[in-house]
Amino acid sequence: MSAGTPPLSTPPKPQAKALNCPQCGAAITLRALGHAETVVCESCHSVLDAKDPNLQILQKFQVITGEVPPLIPLGTRGKLRGTDYEVIGFQRRGIKVEGISYYWHEYVLFNPYKPIRYLTEYNGHWNDISVCKELPIVQFASANYLGEVYKHFQSSDASTNYVLGEFPWQVRVGEHAAVTEYVKPPRVLSAEKTASEVTWSLGEYTYGTDIWKSFNLPGSPPEAIGVYENEPSPVSQNVTGIWGAFLAFAILLFLLMVGFDLASSKGTAFESTYSLNAGEPKGEASFVTQPFDLEGRTSNVEVATSANVSNSWIYLNYALINQDTGQAWDFGREVSYYYGSDSDGSWSEGSTKDSVVIPSVPAGHYYLRIEPEVDPNHRPISYSVEVKRNVTVPGFFGIAFLALLLPAIAITWRSISFERARWSESDHPPMQIGNTE
Amino acid sequence: MTQPVSNCPNCGAKIVFQWSSSVQTVCPYCKSILVRTDVDLKKVGQVADLPPDSSPIQLNTEGVYRNKAFVVGGRILYEYDQGGWNEWHITMNDGTSAWLSDAQNEYAISFASNTTGLPPAQQVQVGQQYNWNNQNYTVSVITQAHYRGVEGELPFQYWDKTDVTFADLRSQTGKFATLDFSDDQTALYLGEFVEFDDLKLKNLSSFEGW
Repeated sequence: MSAGTPPLSTPPKPQAKALNCPQCGAAITLRALGHAETVVCESCHSVLDAKDPNLQILQKFQVITGEVPPLIPLGTRGKLRGTDYEVIGFQRRGIKVEGISYYWHEYVLFNPYKPIRYLTEYNGHWNDISVCKELPIVQFASANYLGEVYKHFQSSDASTNYVLGEFPWQVRVGEHAAVTEYVKPPRVLSAEKTASEVTWSLGEYTYGTDIWKSFNLPGSPPEAIGVYENEPSPVSQNVTGIWGAFLAFAILLFLLMVGFDLASSKGTAFESTYSLNAGEPKGEASFVTQPFDLEGRTSNVEVATSANVSNSWIYLNYALINQDTGQAWDFGREVSYYYGSDSDGSWSEGSTKDSVVIPSVPAGHYYLRIEPEVDPNHRPISYSVEVKRNVTVPGFFGIAFLALLLPAIAITWRSISFERARWSESDHPPMQIGNTE
Repeated sequence: MTQPVSNCPNCGAKIVFQWSSSVQTVCPYCKSILVRTDVDLKKVGQVADLPPDSSPIQLNTEGVYRNKAFVVGGRILYEYDQGGWNEWHITMNDGTSAWLSDAQNEYAISFASNTTGLPPAQQVQVGQQYNWNNQNYTVSVITQAHYRGVEGELPFQYWDKTDVTFADLRSQTGKFATLDFSDDQTALYLGEFVEFDDLKLKNLSSFEGW
């Protein structure tokens, strides 16, 4: 260090400078040191020149009674993304759309080393905003910023109608800016155009609870009403991704189905045909079949029955019995087929075939016990029984398919409804469903 | 390297130039603006008191830019109707001269460009595009500023200016440019926006309570 350097003896400046309002005499606190251009008296709302030692009055404005105070009081400090900030200014701005005024609040955040930052609040929706250093490229109805596409949401004329505290620019009540907003949730890109300048800023949607935590505020934040322009969709994944995953799983499922079908040692384990003469037996006689082997791993067994019923029925009480363990599966199947014609034309009901699948049957030696029941006045009936091992059950795969499909549909539906709610507030509202005008 | 030493012609204080290419300095004691001649220093003006400082940067602040250490040697303070900003003159450890601008704590580093054929002030409008060194720039704002004061060492004489016009240009990549119309010949500075934390600044002003 050389002797030519002035000694760094200047005492540190006080954190806040105390002055008095030339209009009403109330104490004025300057928190942003030399950064404040204008300061608004919290008591009489005169807009004062912060650069003037006498705080010359620049503007007086009428305060609407019932004006809500800032939710985060001026002077509150908090930590946002690792940096401490102090709230130094507050303004309310509004736009008019189809005769209705919408208002939002902006908080000016100060740190002596970092660029000014802003928080905006509308109906309980918060955005953390900083000024863009890079210039976005505006295309037809979108803006490209750092390689990301933001969709045009709204263009409006914003006016300032209430100010409080300090601003690092010349703020005035009644000033206007043309604001154009582009969204890519959770971010919003906005251009504010005045006569001399276009300022781009980038906002990131922030939950009220996080703001409350950051600034250590008492109570809880006001509840967010409706869907905000850049509010992230509660549907966590994007819908395209969901369908991509669905497709992938569906293909996997199909391959599994085919694979199981090919790999399983299918085959008929037993097959036989029986007949009942007309009127005999009365249907109480049961009999057992020849033993047969079921092989391989524990798997399903299909028992298929077909009978030459014609405007008649046959009911078969089955028992599949493991010869080695005595374990038995009892089940009854009916085969019935009726047909005819009436005034509506010909009709038919039932089928000459029936099939049932018994799951989880271990390998072993088996036989069937069959007890047929028929109409006492039946004509001769012949029926055949076939036992098949390892049949493919499309139903199981169908359930799995539905289990994949239903969430994908539900997520898509939720996402679409949320996006509709978002865009209904924009310059590009979606078409109304069921609106027949 | 021995640093050039002289005495202030006004108050006799010892003046040491930290950067051998400095053309102008301000006596830290009597605030005389001093310009180097071949033999000694000539007083050309007097700095009025600068407004209370809000910049965290000050003379002798050190930092790092693109792996090169730099030190702040001087500054020009400008004001315009929406505020003010500082152009801090910095020298890199390889002797390069550059500017660190601080506009309400938005920082940028730029270097004088020797591009020729630059437009005069009256031809430049907001929204116009230029291409220098294969980079597109768009004029974002034209500022009528006035010179508020100087401090420390500067690479040129700068003390008799009043009103100056600048055009700021931005790009899609964070690069920026400034057209300086304060002399007959338009000057161009090319640079980029930098983050406070990336500059790893030392010897900063302290702010009570922060």
